[in-house]
Amino acid sequence: MLAVGLGHYLAVAAILFTLGTVGIFLNRKNVIVVLMSVELMLLAVNLNLIAFAAHLGDLTGQIFTMFVLTVAAAEAAIGLAIIVVYFRNRGSIEVDDVRMMGG
Amino acid sequence: MVIAGRRRSRPASRLTHHTADLAAHRTLAAVVIVTLAFYAFAAVLIAAAAMVVLARNPVHAVLFLILTFFNAAALFLLAGAEFLAMILVIVYVGAVAVLFLFVVMMLDVNFAALREGFVRYLPIGAVVGIVLAVELLFLASVWSLSPEAPRLVAEPVPPGVDNTTALGRVLYTEYFYLFQASGVILLVAMIGAIVLTLRDRPGVKRQDVAAQSARRVQDTLALVKVTPGSGMIVVPKPAADCGDEREQAVEPMPPGRH
Repeated sequence: MLAVGLGHYLAVAAILFTLGTVGIFLNRKNVIVVLMSVELMLLAVNLNLIAFAAHLGDLTGQIFTMFVLTVAAAEAAIGLAIIVVYFRNRGSIEVDDVRMMGG
Repeated sequence: MVIAGRRRSRPASRLTHHTADLAAHRTLAAVVIVTLAFYAFAAVLIAAAAMVVLARNPVHAVLFLILTFFNAAALFLLAGAEFLAMILVIVYVGAVAVLFLFVVMMLDVNFAALREGFVRYLPIGAVVGIVLAVELLFLASVWSLSPEAPRLVAEPVPPGVDNTTALGRVLYTEYFYLFQASGVILLVAMIGAIVLTLRDRPGVKRQDVAAQSARRVQDTLALVKVTPGSGMIVVPKPAADCGDEREQAVEPMPPGRH
């Protein structure tokens, strides 16, 4: 059981998720910080899952947190690899002018 | 918390009044300590997350991200998820954040130029943030847990078993296929990252192990009887499969030179 109450955890996770969303908008040019903001949002989701798992006494939330962590790690690795390749080709990581694929 | 729950669930009839009082005091103290720790960690977590978003230097942003992960791990610990807290510290701080740090330091990017749009995007970012926060606030005000929720628990926490053991028991039985699928995801990510970043630059001399192993003595050495006073003509082999440069380097000497 949680000692501080479920609502506190949910509030912290909501603030974290909002910060991640705002970070994507503010740092639209810098892909690395955008990736970090996505990590923050996934962390907020994990916090929610863990809080509900502890509140309900259910282990499923912790299991799914582990899967989210796995996918987030894979996403970070692939994203950073794409950034490295993009930087090699273009010499910058500004994502405003990513139109190489005709977007 | 585990300690608090165990203390509270002890039957009070078998305790004297004094010990029950003491136990209640201890439980209260534990709850107060846990609550204070929660607020401290949550405050640092949110401040560090805000600094990740607002930091001018991306290296500082990565370091604040590490601080965020540490505080989130502390919150996981307070919620009783010890294994995931350690996984968060090991995987995220030890691998992902260091990967971010590597990339930030490896790419020679003019980060000041990337900050240009910050002020321009500030209004829309603030609007989206406020809208999202208000929506989540609305959700929090009307939210309630279903009364049937405790009945629908899929994997109840077994009593008297530590967190890691309980997780392992569920993960390797109920969620075994998902566990293997996550392994496949990691494999795909690994191969994808390697394939994306691998490149062969022109002009780099690498060791070719296959060519080295395929070399034979008769391909590279030739015994030539040279009569004294006359020159030597080495006829290059037509099908030298090794393609070694040293053989082509032996130029046949023009016969009239000596």
